[in-house]
Order: sequence, then structure tokens, then C-alpha cells
Amino acid sequence: MVSQDISPGTDSGKVSLLNDPKFRGYLFQALALLIIVVLGYWIVNNTIANLQRARLATGFGFLDGRAGFDISSSPYVSYSSDSTFAKALLVGILNTLTVAIAGIITATIIGFIIGIGRLSHNWLIRKICTVYVELFRNVPPLLVIFFWYSGVLAVLPQARQSIALPFGTYLNNRGFYVPSLIMGEGAWLAGVAFLIAVVATLLVRRWAHKRQMATGQPFPVGLTAIALIVGLPLLALAVKGFPMTLDYPILGAFNLKGGSQVGPEFISLYLALSFYTAAFIAEIVRAGIRGVGKGQSEAAHALGLRAGTTTRLVVVPQAMRIITPPLASQYLNLTKNSSLAIAAGYPDLFAVGGTILNQTGRSLEVVVIFMIVYLSLSILTSLFMNWYNAKMALVER
Amino acid sequence: MTDTNISFVRQEMLQGQTPPLGERGIVRWVRVNLLATPVDAVLTVLALLVLAWFLPPLINWLFIQAAWVGPNRSVCATVAQGGLQPDGWSGACWAFVNAKFGQFMYGPYPIDQRWRVNLVGIMFVALLIPLLIPKAPYKVLNAIVFFFVFPIVAFFLLVGGWFGLPYVETSVWGGLLVTLVISFVGISVSLPLGIALALGRRSKMPVIKMLCVIFIEMVRGIPLVTVLFMASYMLPLFLPPGVSFDKFLRALIGVALFASAYMAEVVRGGLQAIPKGQYEGADSLGLGYWQKTGLIILPQALKLVIPGIVNTFIGLFKDTSLVSIISMFDLLGTVRQHFNDTNWSSPQTPMSGLVFAGFVFWIFCFGMSRYSIFMENRLDTGHKR
Repeated sequence: MVSQDISPGTDSGKVSLLNDPKFRGYLFQALALLIIVVLGYWIVNNTIANLQRARLATGFGFLDGRAGFDISSSPYVSYSSDSTFAKALLVGILNTLTVAIAGIITATIIGFIIGIGRLSHNWLIRKICTVYVELFRNVPPLLVIFFWYSGVLAVLPQARQSIALPFGTYLNNRGFYVPSLIMGEGAWLAGVAFLIAVVATLLVRRWAHKRQMATGQPFPVGLTAIALIVGLPLLALAVKGFPMTLDYPILGAFNLKGGSQVGPEFISLYLALSFYTAAFIAEIVRAGIRGVGKGQSEAAHALGLRAGTTTRLVVVPQAMRIITPPLASQYLNLTKNSSLAIAAGYPDLFAVGGTILNQTGRSLEVVVIFMIVYLSLSILTSLFMNWYNAKMALVER
Repeated sequence: MTDTNISFVRQEMLQGQTPPLGERGIVRWVRVNLLATPVDAVLTVLALLVLAWFLPPLINWLFIQAAWVGPNRSVCATVAQGGLQPDGWSGACWAFVNAKFGQFMYGPYPIDQRWRVNLVGIMFVALLIPLLIPKAPYKVLNAIVFFFVFPIVAFFLLVGGWFGLPYVETSVWGGLLVTLVISFVGISVSLPLGIALALGRRSKMPVIKMLCVIFIEMVRGIPLVTVLFMASYMLPLFLPPGVSFDKFLRALIGVALFASAYMAEVVRGGLQAIPKGQYEGADSLGLGYWQKTGLIILPQALKLVIPGIVNTFIGLFKDTSLVSIISMFDLLGTVRQHFNDTNWSSPQTPMSGLVFAGFVFWIFCFGMSRYSIFMENRLDTGHKR
């Protein structure tokens, strides 16, 4: 609107001020600002009046108070009903992050498999993948959660008739029981060895790349990486005489003893988020791969690259450029959808916050905390994805 | 000379031979589509194994073993669970869906008043179908009636309290009725609001732009449940004491605002895809801002982003299921509410109810996405590069 320039010549005196685009621009902005300020003032005023009328205290001081409620799943910090509200919120945030990260990893894997499957030459595979995508894209995520929670997990047998699965794991209506790893003395050495292996792998990769650029000789980086990352920690453990034991769950008369339990709330939420988001990721992957011009892979073949190398070095890097931005927003969606945990009873940030709100009536503070946490998660994810996107972006002259 | 010409000239075409067996019909199809390479063959066998493991029990559960009719839970429970079915029986409990069908559609809406919902539904379908068929006449009139007259009539019919209709408060609305009302209002509010926000974000006025960016990014950064939570707990705090909002209306506001932020980003994508020449061309013709936007830019931009707009609609339709978290009962919420009915609770009830709800949601969403593909093809003017 402002872009149009009135020539400062003789006419400008005759134009009414209201018809001057520049002035009108300022007027509209001032009006908008005025409306927002008045509205904001009115809202704040009303809120203060309402809070005073209801004799509600404000401020975040209540976070130091005793929570008084239990949280069913707190794997990282020790929490009891005597802990503070702040700690309860921390548990909620950690649980949100856990399910979001686990869901993102699984959804990405399933999504890439299904997305590539939709481009397969095999008719059957293509159709199965299409059915998967159309099925999960068109139902609400909440329904998928309920499907796993009340449809599948709740009708599993009771603890006495647990379904035994490979590797000493059990499945029943109270969740999934896995052997837990008990670290003995000196097990930290394995962790150190793992870190060293990762660093060494990165260095080897850099060196191999440099050498290939200079001499054309390839170096088996993948095999070296596997050997380093698996071998070094094993070696470290062997030196210490394998100081770790596995605590297997054992089927007792009424319940399973030992091992660690993954509750049905987490499983249903995690599976639902993964399966639901995977359908969207599959479509993104398919669009990305199809977005790479046919000439690219034909040129690669003409240069004598084999099919696998073509995919790895020519198609995937270019497809990733198309895939990354929408993939980032799907990751964000998954994180935000994790707030549906409340439907399955998994104590994520939203569920814990809801409980706190019910106990203390501090709706204002709780909603502010929600907004801060979810907004920072969003911003962090988009910053990371932007960085990745910039790294992958086409470098032009 | 007459009979020395021994050269042979064939007068008619040779009959085309049928291709070899491996190159025609079903054999070729199977060879090309299922067994092209050894890897493909292995994948096909694996897929067939998965289907063989998965499909028969599914069909068995859905149709063959399913209890279609029955007066109560006894038809859906085994003898050990206090029912009539033999032990080890497992099938869908469609009898439950049958018995509760009215509840799933209308919720606790008074039974003798359900004709009002039906009437609104008939009007909705009668107005929507000609709007969706490109060849149907009177598009503008139809759209005006659909988006301006119909909501008012529907409001008076559903809420009542006028013209001798008994008043039905929104707390007794439920089921598919709530899902459809929230989606309809959400869709018809979020599209214009989203366009306005997108234009605001592209505006050259810094204050307007900043306000739109803040709104869009804030709403997009938080989950819908938080927005609904705010609408249900915070809105009453923001208003002067004594003024209270209907809970249903609060949820509507939350859903519409949430969807409009997403819609704004979709529309912005379309606006950014319009080449600069179009803006400059409109300027050089002497069109003002609103003429330029309304006649040149938006028609092209919206056409480009039809898939995105419909995706947002589908997302909104699915998201209406979240209102059950602020204790309102949409289709999914109503279905879940009835799991606890002692008359019907059995191990098969939840799954059957959820499959039914999923089927209804799926039909609507799939229909919308197919229609968007149809529309996209129809409006394709071949300008895509």
C-alpha cells in the first residue's frame, strides 16, 4: 500500500491527506495498535478484577508447594507426592520429551519405509503402503490413541497369562516388561569407550573424504564405524570382566517380578503418534523423491554409478532438500500432539499441568507455563531444522 | 507373358500373432508388477504372508463372527464373561453400534426434537451438493445461501427458543452433530480469517505485519488442547464479571482461531508463489490494493494452494475430536462415553465403537481429499512449470 510514491511535484498539494497512501498506512497502523492496546488493557483489567473477586492469588510462588498427587511414570527424577509442583512439572516436561523423541525416531523410520514403498515397482507393496497412508491420514490422532489403549492393550491378557516374547520380554495388560540392565562397577568405561568411538568415527570419516577427494580411493567408512562403535565398548567391558547383569522379568503367581515395565499409557501414546505421523512423513518422502528430476539419476547412471550409489549420492541428498522443511513441521506436530497423552492417562506436561490446575485453580499461571514450554520446544525444533536445512541447501554461485 | 509373372504380392495384411504367453494378460502383469526382480519376488511373498496373517482374522472379526443385532451385551460376551457366545469367540459388536446409533449421531439431544437436527442436515446436504458440482447453476446465490442464510436458519433451528420451538441448550448437543457444527463453523471462519492474516503478514505496514506474525506463530507453536484449555478456562477471566459465554461457543472460538493460523500459513505460501510480474502488472493497470488483491492475486494464489487448504480443513475436522478433553462430547467422545454403559460393556465393545467412529471420520476426510484432487485437476490451467 505504501509502495506507491506520490511525486512531490505540483499535485501533492491538491491530494487530500486521506488519499495519501503513506498517511493512510500510518493511520491504519496507529488504529490497529490503538485497538490492540485498548483490548489488552480491557482484558488485563477484567482479569485483575475477576481474580480479586474470586480471591485468587497470583504469581508463581505456588510452585514450591507440596504437590500431593502421584505420577505414574517418572523414569528420570525421583518423584513422590511430597515433591513440589515445580518438580511435578519437570517430570511432565521430561515425559513429553521422552514420548516426542521416541515417536519422532519411530515415525521417521516407518514413514521412510512406507514412503519409499509407495514408489516401489512392486504393485502389492505399493498398494499396501497406499492403504496404510490413506487409513492413518484420515482418522483423528486421538482415535488412534484410543485404538491402541482401549482397543488393543486393554484387552491383552492379565499378568498371570502374560504373553512371552523373545529376549525375555513379556506383554500383558499392564504393559511391556523388558529385562533391565544393571550396571556394575566399572561399567562407566563402556560409556567412555562409546564416546571415543563416535569421535574416532567422525575423524575417520573426515580423513576418508579428504583422501577420496585427493586420490579417488574410497575407504570403507561404514564398516570401520560399526567396528569402532560396537568393538570399543565391548573391549572396554571385556577388560573389566563384563560388570553388568540383566535383570529378567520373572512370571510370578500374580505379577511379573523384576525387569522394568513400560506402561500401557506410554506404549499406546508412542505407537499412536508414531503410526499417525508416519503416514504424513511417508507422503513427504514420496513427494521429495519424486521431486528429484529423472535426469539426475539418468546422468548418474551415464557416469557409471551403480543404483545404490546413485540413490545415496545423487537422489537422497537432493530429495532431503525438499523433504526437510515439511518434515520439520511434522516433528513439531508430533510434539504438539503428544499433549493428547491426557487421553491415555500418560503424565505428560499437559496432563500434569491439568492436575495442578484442578488442585490449585491457578489457570493463568498453568496456561502461561504451557505456552512457554511448548513455544520453546517449537522454537528449538525449528532452529535445529533451519540449521540443518541451511546446511543442506543448494549452494549457488 | 501372361502367366510368366511369378512374383507374389500379398494383398492383405498378415494376421497379427498373439504375443508369447509371458508377454500378455495376467502372466505379464504378474511378471512386471510382482516378480520383476528377485528382490521384488521376495517382497511379494513377504507381503502376501503378512496379508495372509492379517486379513483373515480381520475379516472374520469384522463380518463373519460379528454380532450384528442383539438386545444387550449378552450377544457380545462369551459365556465366561456372562454372555451367550462360546468361549474363545471374538468378533465385532455391531449390535452395540446399532443400539447406540441415535446417540452417536445426536448425543443427548432430546429425542422428540431430533427432527430439527435432521432438517438442518437435509438443508446442509441439499445446499452443499449443488455447490460442489461444478456444472450446477446459480453458484453465487447458492454460496450466499449456504454461508450466510443457512447458518442463521440452522442456529435458530438447533438452539430453538423462538417460534414455539423448545430451547435446547448446547450442553445436550453431542455426537456427530457437534463434530459437524464445529467443523462447519471452523471452516467457514478460518478461511476468511486466515486469508486476512496472510495478507496482514505480507503487508508492508510493520505494525500490522508484526501483530499478524505474533498471532500466527504463537498459535502454531502450541497444541490445540492448550488453545481449547485457554478458551475454556481463560476466556471467562478475560471478560467483565458477570458476562459468561456458552461453553460450546468458547470451543468454537478456540478451534476457529487455531485453524485460521494454519490457514494463514497455507495462503501465504500461495501468495509467495505468485510471480512479481502479476503484482506489477496489476499496479500498472492502476488497480488499487483491494482490486489488485481480490481480482489478480488471490484467485491465483488460492488456486495454487487448494491441496493445502483442504488439508487444513481435514486437520480441523479431525481436531474437533479434541473437544472431548474439555468435556464436550463430539462423535468420538460420545462413543467413548458409551463404553461404560453397563448394559453393553464387554471386551469387544470399545474396539467396535472405535472402528465405527474411525469409519465415520475416515469417510468424511477421505471424501474431502478426493474432492480436492478433483477440483485441483479441474482448475488446472496448465500454467504449472
